[in-house]
Amino acid sequence: MDVTRLRAIARKEWVQLKRDTRSMILAFVLPLFLLVFFGYAISWDVNDIRLAVLDQDHTQESRELIEAFEASGYFTVEHYLESADDVDGQLVGHRVLGVMWIPPGYAADLAAPGRRAPVQLLLDGSDANTATIALNYADAIAARHGARALLQGRSLTAPISLEARTWYNPNLESRNMIVPALIAVIMSIIAAMLTALTIAREWERGTMEQLASTPVTRLEVVLGKLAPYLAIGLFDVAVTVVAGILLFGTPMNGSVLLLAVLTTLFLIGALGLGIFISAAVKSQVLATQIAMVATYLPAVLLSGFLFDIASMPIVLKGITFLIPARYYVTVTRGIFLKGVGATVLWPQALLMLLYAVLGLTLATRAFRKELDA
Amino acid sequence: MSVEGRRLSLLRIRRMVVKELRQLFRDERTKRIIFISPILQLVLFGYAVNTDVHDVATALVDHDRTTESRELVDALTASDYFRVVRTSDRSADLGYALDHGDAAVGLEIPADYGADLLAGRSPAVQLLVDGTNSNKATVAEGYATRIVQQLGVRVAGPAAQQAAAIDMRARAWFNPSLESRVYNVPAVIGVIVLLMCLLLTAMAVVREREVGTLEQLLVSPLSPGELMLGKTIPVAGVALIQLALITAVALLWFHVPLRGSVPALLLAAALFILAGLSFGLLISTISATQQEAFLSMFLFLLPAIILSGFLYPIDTMPAFFQHLTLANPLRHFLEIVRGIFLRGAGLRELWVQFTVLAAMAGAGLAVATARFRRTL
Repeated sequence: MDVTRLRAIARKEWVQLKRDTRSMILAFVLPLFLLVFFGYAISWDVNDIRLAVLDQDHTQESRELIEAFEASGYFTVEHYLESADDVDGQLVGHRVLGVMWIPPGYAADLAAPGRRAPVQLLLDGSDANTATIALNYADAIAARHGARALLQGRSLTAPISLEARTWYNPNLESRNMIVPALIAVIMSIIAAMLTALTIAREWERGTMEQLASTPVTRLEVVLGKLAPYLAIGLFDVAVTVVAGILLFGTPMNGSVLLLAVLTTLFLIGALGLGIFISAAVKSQVLATQIAMVATYLPAVLLSGFLFDIASMPIVLKGITFLIPARYYVTVTRGIFLKGVGATVLWPQALLMLLYAVLGLTLATRAFRKELDA
Repeated sequence: MSVEGRRLSLLRIRRMVVKELRQLFRDERTKRIIFISPILQLVLFGYAVNTDVHDVATALVDHDRTTESRELVDALTASDYFRVVRTSDRSADLGYALDHGDAAVGLEIPADYGADLLAGRSPAVQLLVDGTNSNKATVAEGYATRIVQQLGVRVAGPAAQQAAAIDMRARAWFNPSLESRVYNVPAVIGVIVLLMCLLLTAMAVVREREVGTLEQLLVSPLSPGELMLGKTIPVAGVALIQLALITAVALLWFHVPLRGSVPALLLAAALFILAGLSFGLLISTISATQQEAFLSMFLFLLPAIILSGFLYPIDTMPAFFQHLTLANPLRHFLEIVRGIFLRGAGLRELWVQFTVLAAMAGAGLAVATARFRRTL
């Protein structure tokens, strides 16, 4: 392997890349765009649940219950309904997410010893996740309020108290879950959309023969082509990490060095795979499409980025083990949020090393065939 | 161009449609994209996009080891929400399990839990939650709180009944077992139909331009309007077939209910397909090569999907992004689809979305036609 030749290939690739405006946009604008979209726009923190109230009791007590819901910060009362006939329209018309129905006699039931006051909560269950969280909040508020209303200030302790403590993300902000894992998604896009073009482009423009007639070896071509993308990828990761910490306040509890090393491994694997696809199909359009399906989609859906792998059916769970982004997401969350190091993350590191070797081997081998032919 | 050429000739359009259909179905790869990939995507999204929390891996440290403590563990695991994956005597093991990701929740029961409970001294149990997946953590903590509260009321008898003075009876409409799949599967229809409209229209036009056959078409007696209709009618047909295919899989395989009216769904689909086609045509007018068309499509689809409410709820977005979603046809179509499938809503409840979608389809079509004529 000759360093001069390798550098020449890398320079040629960089010059070509610089001339292609769309590629440059993908490389430098898209990551920021994604960061802003995912970091700012997407949030799974459920609050301001829209509620309609049908209060048929009209007492001080029923109003206090409604106030307790509003004061919690999780619910906002949008409408007060007059009759039970309105309930249907509210939910079917998607005007509110839930209807709280306080029947007549609520205050009397609450005051009567040994009797429980029934309150009906009708939720729009179509979005199961939001409905589940709303349900849990409502239960907690009702329990707390019920105890207070009954005891009039006397303190009462629950028979069993559950002291829940949340580690790694104490305020349970979805942003902290999204931003570290987003790096994996951005990297997959870079790898899929940029690298997939590199060799197919040479074929389509007819420069492949020229390249083949020069004394460069296959490994030099692959490494030379990989180098600029690796640099872009690492730059993008650095920007994402800094923006994540400064803009979004994502905690960085682990070692930056470890993150850099493991990111490089992941990138080499993903870029190698992109070059392999590009060399194998020889058409830019086809290569991009295959690379999208092979790297981007799994990185979003099967990596645990947003959707928990533990609740997937067994077959899909098995498939996730073949998705390198899965290991990388574990790594970024581990380093950012948990602050764990190599003692915990070595299995992931090992698998990503394997992936990098596999990616490079595939790329070099697919390329060899073409040069010999 | 002659006066006669400007008028739309049904015969010429039909010939063009036949030619396009032949071209579409001759290519093995296109055939696969049309029929197999939507089903694959539906299955993938139907199974992978799942926010239901169950079988949460739980690490358990029970210092008490009494009937009472076992009862607590049983109450948690009987619900299917929690599953004990590891038991140990040392508190430090909880931290280890959470750090390594072996468990998402750690439960620690103190030594005199049983005795305290029987004596009415309100024992406290400790729950450690891994917050890295904030959504799962929120839901799991909510489940645990509810289960422990119910157990407390049951165990402590009348004294504790007071703590539960309000009997909150919750019912989830439209999706009583609260499965996220029911919400996500109908929405896949919108994403796939949009993808197909963009992909097939933009690619079909740009490919002809790249190969050079667009010029041949231009010197033929076809008028730009005929050419446009000839290109888009087959795609609309394919999109409708896909709609039927995906709906069938959603109903028969995923058992998603279809409570509303089919004609309303078809009307919405027709409007949405028109909007999709006009965006496809627009992309074709700004792209010289298939590669460019594909990139433009990706850059259009990405925000369109993020801001549609498909995978990410709109209600929790900041106000600015919520307003932005209003300009997104996919958002309105998904509201219609979910409304019709799950809530049995019809034109009466969804007329706003229908109107917006119709306006977008009309405007899109007008702009696309104008640009398409100009770039030819």
